[in-house]
Amino acid sequence: MSKPLNRRTVLRGMLGGTAVSVALPFLDCFLNTNGTALAATGGELPVVFGSWFQNLGFNPGRWKPATLGANYQNNAEMKVLDPFRDRINVISGTKYFLDGRPLETHVSGVQIATMGSLPLGVDSDPSLDTTIADAIGNRTRFKSIEIALSGGRQSLSRRKGGAINPSEPSPAALYTRIFGPEFNDPNSAEFTPDPQVMARRSVLSAISEERKGVMNRVGAADRARLDEYFTSLRQIEQQLDMELQKPAPMAACRIPEKIEQADPGRNVAAVERNNKLFAGLLAHAIACGQTRVFNMNFGTQGLRTPGGVRDWHSLTHEEPIDPKLGYQKDVTWFIEFATRTFAEFLTTLDRYKEGSGSVLDRTLVLWQTDHGYARTHTMDDLPILTVGSGNGRLKTGLHVVATGDPSTRVGLTVQQVMGVPLNSWGRLSNETSKPLTDIIA
Amino acid sequence: MSGAMVGRKRLIGAGAVVVAATALTFFMTDSEDHKINSGPSVTRRLTAEQYRNIVQDVFGGDIDLGGRFEPDMRVDGLLAVGASQVSITAAGMEQYDAMGRAVASQVVDQNHRDMLVGCKPASPTAPDEKCAHEFLSKVGRLLYRRPLTDQQLNAYMTAASEAARITGDFYQGLGLSLAGMLSSPAFLFVEQIVEPDPENKRGFRLDSYSVASQLSFFLWNSAPDSMLLSAAAAGELQTRQGLERQVKRMMASPRLEEGVRAFFVDQLRFDEFEVLAKDAALFPKFSAQAAADAREQTMRTVLDVVLTRNADYREIFTTRKTFLTPELGSIYQVPIFKDGPNGSPDDWQPYEFAADDPRGGILTQVAFTALHSPAGRGSPTLRGKAVREIALCQTVPPPPADVSFTEFEDSTAHGAATARERLAAHATVPSCAGCHKIIDPIGFALENFDGAGEFRTVENGASIDPSGELDGITYGDAGGLGQAVYNNPAAVACVVDRMSARALGRLPIKDERKWLKSLKADFEKSGHRLPALMQEIALSDALYRVGPPKADPANRLPPTEEIVTTELLSGASS
Repeated sequence: MSKPLNRRTVLRGMLGGTAVSVALPFLDCFLNTNGTALAATGGELPVVFGSWFQNLGFNPGRWKPATLGANYQNNAEMKVLDPFRDRINVISGTKYFLDGRPLETHVSGVQIATMGSLPLGVDSDPSLDTTIADAIGNRTRFKSIEIALSGGRQSLSRRKGGAINPSEPSPAALYTRIFGPEFNDPNSAEFTPDPQVMARRSVLSAISEERKGVMNRVGAADRARLDEYFTSLRQIEQQLDMELQKPAPMAACRIPEKIEQADPGRNVAAVERNNKLFAGLLAHAIACGQTRVFNMNFGTQGLRTPGGVRDWHSLTHEEPIDPKLGYQKDVTWFIEFATRTFAEFLTTLDRYKEGSGSVLDRTLVLWQTDHGYARTHTMDDLPILTVGSGNGRLKTGLHVVATGDPSTRVGLTVQQVMGVPLNSWGRLSNETSKPLTDIIA
Repeated sequence: MSGAMVGRKRLIGAGAVVVAATALTFFMTDSEDHKINSGPSVTRRLTAEQYRNIVQDVFGGDIDLGGRFEPDMRVDGLLAVGASQVSITAAGMEQYDAMGRAVASQVVDQNHRDMLVGCKPASPTAPDEKCAHEFLSKVGRLLYRRPLTDQQLNAYMTAASEAARITGDFYQGLGLSLAGMLSSPAFLFVEQIVEPDPENKRGFRLDSYSVASQLSFFLWNSAPDSMLLSAAAAGELQTRQGLERQVKRMMASPRLEEGVRAFFVDQLRFDEFEVLAKDAALFPKFSAQAAADAREQTMRTVLDVVLTRNADYREIFTTRKTFLTPELGSIYQVPIFKDGPNGSPDDWQPYEFAADDPRGGILTQVAFTALHSPAGRGSPTLRGKAVREIALCQTVPPPPADVSFTEFEDSTAHGAATARERLAAHATVPSCAGCHKIIDPIGFALENFDGAGEFRTVENGASIDPSGELDGITYGDAGGLGQAVYNNPAAVACVVDRMSARALGRLPIKDERKWLKSLKADFEKSGHRLPALMQEIALSDALYRVGPPKADPANRLPPTEEIVTTELLSGASS
């Protein structure tokens, strides 16, 4: 083990001589010591977590597999996921509990699914992707990447104390954010630290030194918020630190072609187009070691076909059940469109090969929704999916029934396998300390 | 130098005060004779608009921000209240950081440096402490809204020097140091620093600079100008006379318009225009330009009533006077030409709707009707709910769970042509009827305006009946709705409550009810003149006296005129 180095000492050292190549020992002192970042040297590639949130659920009787356990057959609305069946777990039967609070339709379910509880004012619990990002996302340039597939800016990813991660609705903007001028190709032979980045790093140190003064000045309630600010600032500092080091080579990293498409996904055609662009970008970003956590908000309550008077959400309440089919025809078109979009997303991650596997192989995606059956706003028998084993941490290809249990059992399981130190998760009736042991490898 | 030292001491002192205030909470709750009657201090994150205004005020209007902001959060009806509760995430920080650098690099670029930096370095390729000191202390005072402490100034000077050395460029170094300032907590968060209140033995008050910020963010939606900071430095803002002098000056400034605009953007939820989209196939006239113009049209209508004419606030719901562009003319079906005085073209033309025109008041304007409609059609329910929430500050309960929509679906299936026919299904389900009968009839009056706000008399071939009802007052059309809102006492209480919550950055506490009551009485006495209300709020102790920092939910005022659910239920069963 080398002698511990103070961050600023190194920086000052570097400032002395600009434009020199920085030697590798840097990594030893800056990165954590469990070595996963050195994937290209033969170790296992690091695990990736992704969330996919799709509002408006499925139709009862059309999504749940008929049999339990392994070798289930996909029901009609999940048919399109057949190519991934062996890598998907279907969890059925769970509930969102309101504990006497009013049901805010299309909101309460999202909150319980992501935070494990209904927020009391803005004093809300963090969403599970952020606790996972704290566990696995600290050593990449981006702690997490939030995408709004159907436009809008608010993501479902939020930290304690009312800090909501902004979402990116534009593929072009996300391209620039990840692969723009500040991107360091991990496989380039030469590495010269950018003097601008060095200077920025030094300036940010000046701000972090204000921390103590600020914390002393504000009251307790505001202290938590400013603490969050300084954590975020620290994240920028870490990003810059990362840019000042020669990145560990990532054998499979390829820089994607520049994306010019900037329009958000406001109708089905745009969603379909942007989904492909975003999926491709994420696959490249993961393979190039830029992030290990992503949050896709399919959302799209207002999604319409071009020229369609009524959107998906309105249709769930206004379209009569087709007497022959036994379900709402147009709504079902949207459900199948959404599942097809998800399948397309998975296909893109799976097509990106890394060594003997694919990006999808080391990823675990959690798929959740707001209501079991949107037409009547049901909060039980929720469809929940996990896709991928996350580097073998989950067993896959199973249909698990947990009738009447809180949905949070899935969230707890996922957080635990991702290394979040939690014994229980959720609040009141949504609290659970029972992970789904059936699917833990 | 000595001024900065004083500033620093004061900061350290204030830290101790906060601790003392916390300790006192326990103490004082037991004491009968001392009543805590001031609310807590708040720390607000700058809103997107405030950030823009400050950059424009300090560096001029041609600086491009080139970035997106972390979304603001609306709490209790206002972004201004949400600002006291939000923090900054890592991804949000990334954006602030990029924006700060974009602004700073323009400030020091070839086009701006002579004017904005002022001094010249001895060498453009090396650090220059004197020039950096001059610039950073001058700009720092405006951005931090108080003089920088020696420690802060030294940190930024060191950063500028280091960065100049690394990049081999004085201006780049200075720019990066400035970018740091724009990412700092003291800039991004409006802190309130408290000190013991000499007039109230056991109470606290905002320090002079916090008073300055409280005033300027309320009245101008921006940081204090140099004059206000000087008044703070001289201690003038802690005297009644000094405060009055500054408030008078600020009320007379053209920047008051920014403050009034900010209030209405917030109150009318016009920030939601950012994500508003209409289907081009259904509403071909509703272009991005038309949407932007519609938003501005309503803002201009409101400003004309409350500022230019200083008329009764409630006229915003009835006025026939407005302003239109050629783009809007096509939606309103009136010809608008770009005529201006002396033949200069002006996009905005004053226009007055005729007395028998269905348009009158902001509720009938394109901005309101389009904003509260889904992308493909109109919605009496959404519009009715918006009138209750925005114009009357009433809370409409969320829809009940596990509702069967069968009735609703049937009416759609059996060829209901108009929204009124479709929504009649609401009346047949008791759990729906309660709420819908207080929102749908409001929206029916606006049914003559389609999903993009264009006038129509038929829907799906059937003629539209725009009659409706608000709290027992029935009317025949949209004009009647505007008049009913005008006459509704809740409209007055609403604007008083929201304006004071905006000034405070929080909901008023119970002990501030008396203050609200007198604000409302005076507002009525003034004939509902908004500037008079703002001036009275700006001069109120409530803005500057600080109680112990606590956020006990029991101490929060419930929303005014809240619709009581039990009432709804009894209504539903009758």
